[in-house]
Amino acid sequence: MDPISGEGLVIAITGPPGVGKSCLVDGLLHRLAPEHIVAVLAVDPTSPLSGGALLGDRIRLSVLDDTSKADSIYVRSIATRSSSGAVPSIIQGLASHLLGNGFGLVIIETVGAGQAEMRCAAIADRIIVVEGPARGDGIQAEKAGLLELADLIIVNKSDLPGADKVVNDLTMSLSLTDDSPEIIKVSALQGDGLDQLPAMIFALESRVSSQRARNRQRLLMSHEHSLTSNPLFEAVLDRMSQEGLSLAHALEELS
Amino acid sequence: MGERQRIIIAKPGLDGHDRGAKVVARALRDGGHEVIYTGLRRTPNQIVRTAMDEDARFVGLSSLSGAHGHLFPTVCNLLREAGLNDVIVFGGGIIPDDERPALHAAGVRAIFGPGTTSSEILEFITEATGRNCGVGSDDSWHWGE
Repeated sequence: MDPISGEGLVIAITGPPGVGKSCLVDGLLHRLAPEHIVAVLAVDPTSPLSGGALLGDRIRLSVLDDTSKADSIYVRSIATRSSSGAVPSIIQGLASHLLGNGFGLVIIETVGAGQAEMRCAAIADRIIVVEGPARGDGIQAEKAGLLELADLIIVNKSDLPGADKVVNDLTMSLSLTDDSPEIIKVSALQGDGLDQLPAMIFALESRVSSQRARNRQRLLMSHEHSLTSNPLFEAVLDRMSQEGLSLAHALEELS
Repeated sequence: MGERQRIIIAKPGLDGHDRGAKVVARALRDGGHEVIYTGLRRTPNQIVRTAMDEDARFVGLSSLSGAHGHLFPTVCNLLREAGLNDVIVFGGGIIPDDERPALHAAGVRAIFGPGTTSSEILEFITEATGRNCGVGSDDSWHWGE
């Protein structure tokens, strides 16, 4: 897959569930439109049981109620579906298409958990990771993978107690990194700290280490895509499970 | 299970009750479809714009406020005006029997009242997909005919 070309910027806004990503995107859109033509690609998980999906990101986008702004905003809800390889490439195609058709900014909004979602974020030129207070330490490992990708970290819900502690914790854990990303504190709900965001986003530099992490995801994605799109893939899979074909031989046949 | 469809579930007008819409959205999701829920108090224009942006095949309208006689046909007309003739419209809520023929004539392909099973709605989705009975089609068929 080729990198996205053309004018305009693709950013990903990602982070754990419930930190206020959609609300933050809404606050951003209020400040970007109608001066900027913006597209939002909102990625939500597909139910592994039914293959269906409930896509509700639009509910949070109050900016769509403002007729003076809604016309310069395009929102598309995307379900991850079954394959972790296909969706990122679809999003990449969509983003390129939008940039080529007058959109100056494409925002990919995705939950920062799971491989498919991580790879959706990796398509973007810049990645913003959103964090929030009172979330516990349960997902540290997940967080580490995400923070690696971040060019900017936004701690949302600054109106709630504990936001300063999150900023401190993040600053501490990133202090060993050479080019640690900037950390800012906002309250998307109350609008605190949002006015500076549009300028920050357009001026945001890609960190050397996040660039590397992103390229790593892209390489893996491309590799997996070429593997799963091999016409023999399903047949080899069948032979592995039914005839006991070894992994080494399977890889040989698919190479 | 039929093929996966993209379905908008919308609450048009001034109506704050969306338990029914959410149950239907959930049932459609569990039936393997991708459901986009608009949230409360949408205008017909917003619903049509959502159907366009989301490339939806179906639009499901829920109304419990009594304004269906105005809102449902307005959505159908706006869809046709926007050239979204292949979009299939269905509705639900508190819709008296004697008001249903006018809605069917406007292009609403099914009306589901209280007590409808989720499997019936899923059957409708499959059947309507096969019939290709978008809001702009000449087909006068409706569910339960």
